[in-house]
Amino acid sequence: MGKHNTPMLDELEKGPWPSFVSDIKQQAEKGKHVLKEAPDDLLGVMELSYEDRVTHWKHGGIVGVFGYGGGIIGRYCDQPQNFPGVAHFHTVRVNQPSSKYYTAEFLGQLCDLWEKHGSGLTNMHGSTGDIVFLGTNTDHLEPLFFELTHELNQDLGGSGSNLRTPECCLGMSRCQFACFDTQECCHNMTNEYQDELHRPAFPYKFKFKFDGCPNGCVASIARSDMSVIGTWRDNIRIDQAAVKAYVGGELMPNAGAHAGRDWGKFDIQKEVIGLCPTECMRWDGSKLEINDKECTRCMHCLNTMPRALRIGKDTGASVLFGAKAPILEGAQMATLTVPFMKMESPFSELKELIEKVWDWWMEEGKNRERLGELIQRKSFQEFLRVTELDPDPRMVDEPRSNPYIFWKEEEVEGGWTRDIEAYRKKHQR
Amino acid sequence: MPYDPADPLKDRITDIGPRYFKDFLPPVIKNNFGKWLYHEILEPGVLVHVAESGDEVYTVRVGACRLISVEHLREICEIANKHCDGYLRFTTRNNVEFMVDNKSKVKPLVDDLKSRKFPAGSNKFPVGGTGAGITNIVHTQGWAHCHTPAIDASGVVKAVMDSLYDQFGQMKLPAPVRVSLACCLNMCGAVHCSDIAILGIHRKPPMIDSQWIDKLCELPLAIAACPTAAIKPAKTDTGLKSLEVNAERCMFCGNCYTMCAAMPLADEVGSGIAILVGGKLSNRRSKPKFSKVVIPFIPNEPPRWDTTVKAVKNIVDVYSKDARKYERLGEWAERIGWERFFEKCNIPFSHHLIDDYRFAYTTWRQSTQFKY
Repeated sequence: MGKHNTPMLDELEKGPWPSFVSDIKQQAEKGKHVLKEAPDDLLGVMELSYEDRVTHWKHGGIVGVFGYGGGIIGRYCDQPQNFPGVAHFHTVRVNQPSSKYYTAEFLGQLCDLWEKHGSGLTNMHGSTGDIVFLGTNTDHLEPLFFELTHELNQDLGGSGSNLRTPECCLGMSRCQFACFDTQECCHNMTNEYQDELHRPAFPYKFKFKFDGCPNGCVASIARSDMSVIGTWRDNIRIDQAAVKAYVGGELMPNAGAHAGRDWGKFDIQKEVIGLCPTECMRWDGSKLEINDKECTRCMHCLNTMPRALRIGKDTGASVLFGAKAPILEGAQMATLTVPFMKMESPFSELKELIEKVWDWWMEEGKNRERLGELIQRKSFQEFLRVTELDPDPRMVDEPRSNPYIFWKEEEVEGGWTRDIEAYRKKHQR
Repeated sequence: MPYDPADPLKDRITDIGPRYFKDFLPPVIKNNFGKWLYHEILEPGVLVHVAESGDEVYTVRVGACRLISVEHLREICEIANKHCDGYLRFTTRNNVEFMVDNKSKVKPLVDDLKSRKFPAGSNKFPVGGTGAGITNIVHTQGWAHCHTPAIDASGVVKAVMDSLYDQFGQMKLPAPVRVSLACCLNMCGAVHCSDIAILGIHRKPPMIDSQWIDKLCELPLAIAACPTAAIKPAKTDTGLKSLEVNAERCMFCGNCYTMCAAMPLADEVGSGIAILVGGKLSNRRSKPKFSKVVIPFIPNEPPRWDTTVKAVKNIVDVYSKDARKYERLGEWAERIGWERFFEKCNIPFSHHLIDDYRFAYTTWRQSTQFKY
């Protein structure tokens, strides 16, 4: 039994799913973390919240490491006398490597560091992708940062009104659908914009995320101010023999994703051709045809028959802007802005684009106004002028239905200056 | 040289970014980078990826808590050292993936993972989370670490995942069901495009700590933070500068509290859970969709959140029985019609579910097409 009596949390040790309560308890009992009381007191303060049904954490103060305006989030308990081990319980965001591969050696070093300077508790990973060291006090921040950089060659992530830690799917490392090297792009862009990541100069947070294909495993379209999603502009590669093998039942459809239930024999007509949203496919019993010009690359056929169909060879990415969660004006998804861009290191075209966007947002954005809200306030047309992109029907679901067009004076023959006297010569009052 | 507190800026290293990912790739991954041909799910939680070279990598995916201890991480490292030549990775949804380069290494790994349990009985490394099933719930900090939550996060997730545990280890659903939790409307967890979203909401306007507010906050910032202009300047009886909230205009977003610590709004009965369904992120077949509110409020019920658990389980069960193969939850609801969704799921429809915010009109029905 730990320091505090936690009958409610103990209920969460039951059941088959891994119990975070059991895990915190094992850290409290066996852990070598320097802030000895932290895991016990975290359980204590959580138990109090379970009794009270409200949180017992206060707003963070300004804490950080010298020279950085982000990466550390201050956190204080509102019952410090009862839970001294978590009275100060600051979070350290450590920038994860692209797509979260680790060696046990490096992960062990991170554990060593965190035992030496904190609570022994982490998030693997935070919502934005960082390795999160959960809970330490101010005195440990500078030594921790020193050892992180000097010994582990590793930097902090972002927080506050700056570039947040970019994130990517696992991309080419282990996925046949990756249309560009999401990991290299994420790493390159993270390093290019270290200043923006560590020193808040933006109106509000800004997120990059990189998805290798339209399946969107890292959710960039919903949660990043700039969403980069892999795509291609030539033809889906077809292995006709493998298509026949799917039809004949020799290959497992959907890569086995539906194997847990008996859905009947695979029916290419019903499950692939019939579900294609653009109706651009045909199967005559021996040959699969795709009218690639009409394909919108939704991935359904590739997901269904991954051994028969491959993405095209002329690959790149679509770039979308403006996604965010509901605070404040309501949730937004990212809007398609560049339908296709080649994505080769060092990603210069993408960098030119984002720098134009940032210049505009930093000039025009209000305090705590996300890019998506600014685009709505100032118009998509204004956004296109800033990014020097030509309007394209691919940017809209449909053209506007209201005729309230904000014509510019230079677009109208003769301009807007007219002579009322000349008008009156033809039209009496 | 170790850190010198007397001279903290000496030899300072900054702006070096994260470690390079290629230093952490298992050899089979590194050798076949960008040259993968296809993958297959051999059984729930076990995948094989085959490269052009003929090389294969076998991945075993296990669920994990997002809040995870160093002790547990060390056990993960031990497993990676024992079976995987010291390599591993985490997924976007807080799963851990152990990779081996030969099929013969899979069974010993899976058996080892399945054998490990916490002393109280829960599994340390449940294998699953692939294909048309339920994978790990992404979530936020809740009462473990956050100042603005309406609900806990880790505890609700644990209770819900216990009830959906079978679906984690099977692939029996019509399509993947992504469940997410955010403990307040800030949505660090970005749950607004999930098949099922569990969202913490408040229902009482902020209290004003009048004796302190002018010392703790920039009052104009707090006023400006309100999206419905419900906050205005006020004075206390003793003449202190303060604020006043027009309660009828408050939509309980908590943005004022984010800007001003003297306006707390969390409450033991006012705060609780809303359930949203039908969102998706993938572009597969239909476009990405937002999740829609279908249950406006469920009280906080620690420690096991029984009503929430039942509500989520019910929606998953009805969807599982009724939807067609490949149909995501939102696609199913749109095909049968939302009126039918509420009927089939036996969820009451109330005025709370009709939008009255910025884009409200776009969600009202301008048609005579409806179902009885």
